[in-house]
Amino acid sequence: MSANLMWLLYEATLQTLYMVAASTLLGTAFGLPLGVFLATSQQGELLSSPWLNKVLGLVVNATRSVPFIILVVAIIPLTRAIVGTSIGTNAAIVPLTLAAIPFIARLVENAIREVDAGLIEAARAMGATPMQIITKVLVREARPGITLGLTLAVVSLIGYSAMVGAVGGEGLGDLGIRYGYQRFMPEVMVSVVVILIVLVQLVQSIGEWIAARFDKRAPRNRGH
Amino acid sequence: MTGMTAAGAAISFEGVGKAFDGPGGAWIAALQDVTLQVEPGAICGIIGRSGAGKSTLLRMVNGLERPTAGTVTVAGHDVGRAGGAALRAIRREVGMIFQHFNLLASRTVAGNIALPLEIAGTPADPIRARVADLIARVGLDGLAGRYPAELSGGQKQRVGIARALATSPKVLLSDEATSALDPETTQTVLRLLADINRELGLTILLITHEMAVVRDIASHMAVIEGGRIVESGPTYDIFTRPTHLTTRSFLGGVTGLTLPAFIAGKMLDHRPDGPSEEVIRVTFAGTHATDPMLSKLATELGIASNILAGAIEEVGPHPFGNLLISVDAARGAEARAYLEQHGLLTEVLGHVR
Repeated sequence: MSANLMWLLYEATLQTLYMVAASTLLGTAFGLPLGVFLATSQQGELLSSPWLNKVLGLVVNATRSVPFIILVVAIIPLTRAIVGTSIGTNAAIVPLTLAAIPFIARLVENAIREVDAGLIEAARAMGATPMQIITKVLVREARPGITLGLTLAVVSLIGYSAMVGAVGGEGLGDLGIRYGYQRFMPEVMVSVVVILIVLVQLVQSIGEWIAARFDKRAPRNRGH
Repeated sequence: MTGMTAAGAAISFEGVGKAFDGPGGAWIAALQDVTLQVEPGAICGIIGRSGAGKSTLLRMVNGLERPTAGTVTVAGHDVGRAGGAALRAIRREVGMIFQHFNLLASRTVAGNIALPLEIAGTPADPIRARVADLIARVGLDGLAGRYPAELSGGQKQRVGIARALATSPKVLLSDEATSALDPETTQTVLRLLADINRELGLTILLITHEMAVVRDIASHMAVIEGGRIVESGPTYDIFTRPTHLTTRSFLGGVTGLTLPAFIAGKMLDHRPDGPSEEVIRVTFAGTHATDPMLSKLATELGIASNILAGAIEEVGPHPFGNLLISVDAARGAEARAYLEQHGLLTEVLGHVR
């Protein structure tokens, strides 16, 4: 493989990492609070507001129903309004983030619903405010589950990032399509796939390691 | 408990009711017309079967449940009508321990005990000092850095107790706190609660379905059945003179009151025709000895008695005994009058042929 191709692969890997990191951070910044709210706002819960819970649940489901490649194209006007352009790596971060938010929100919601209701009761009995219960009890106790959820989200975003070549997002997936497929360069295709496998493996291992560090429950209670 | 005014009581229930929305718009009453006072420094045990409403009653004291009728007062605060910051302030004066401990798995022993203080906004340095005190107080020295998963049930409940005491409450609520523990551990946890009650003057309200728990630490007790208090008063009085059927069936398990099966199967409510035996429960309080009484019964009146079951119990520091005997039914009234005359309590349980 020529030094030129090596350079292309290197650049593409960095682009992929950049898009995934940015959309994970932005997706978590919005998805985490949204997930916490979804997990605590049904009738009779801490932040009980059943109406808003239903509306947000519908929006989340609707966003998750749209195939990612359609989402990328459909929100081009929004992307242009935010980034100033609809093509390039930065532009690709917008649809990736938009797909990440509802996904992360659902994963966070599930992790928080796993927390024993007895802990909420104990915290209420201590005189905790709903916000204190969320930060000191729910999110903290759900850390292992949230970490594994975020790991899953990052792996999915690595997959999604391969599709943003459609709007000039570049990255590994785009390189694979343009060189490996369209220019019949199987060695590029193989390299891209190998790099992606290594990336996913790394993310998964790091995620599980962090989750295990957070998890202080007895081994038999680990539901993962 | 009786005769206390609501104003002087640590916890007071006045005509408290709780109804839930049932299916089809029907109201289901979980509690009805509960009136109960717990005086400061008392340990009051509420005993009842599951579904009797004892948990609902307990959870009203810190506002986890709200009454739909009546008033619940804790240390002078009307809990049922408090909300927001006022309710949270009351809750800091009321500690609570739970059957399943409800400790945070992600926090160490010290971290769990510190949680109520963090919630109350206490600065870090005083928290450290207070937590160290509490760990020593409940006998968990050396375990500050352990996680709940590494502790035994008894140790977890000690963490729960230390956590409940962290904000120096006036009242401690115990929700079946020993029900998940083995008998030996139960005893050590009860002893700890009794020590805390004595040393800190803490009022304790506990619910349980085990009469032994009430016997071992409660100075006062109430029996709850179908959402109503059917009997309440000093534990000793209720153990020696139970009036309600539910109380007696709870007592059966702890006071040797159960008849042997071969007699229980033959018991009749009314005296049958022909020769029969009367089964009598004899209760003696304090240091009365019954052996001389039963032998006197034989020598002075010529009435022979069979001992069917018996036990001597301690309620707090006071011993009391129960004997189940049978005598010739024809002379039953005479025998009972004689025993009553000598300060024993008697009750006819039935007849056997």
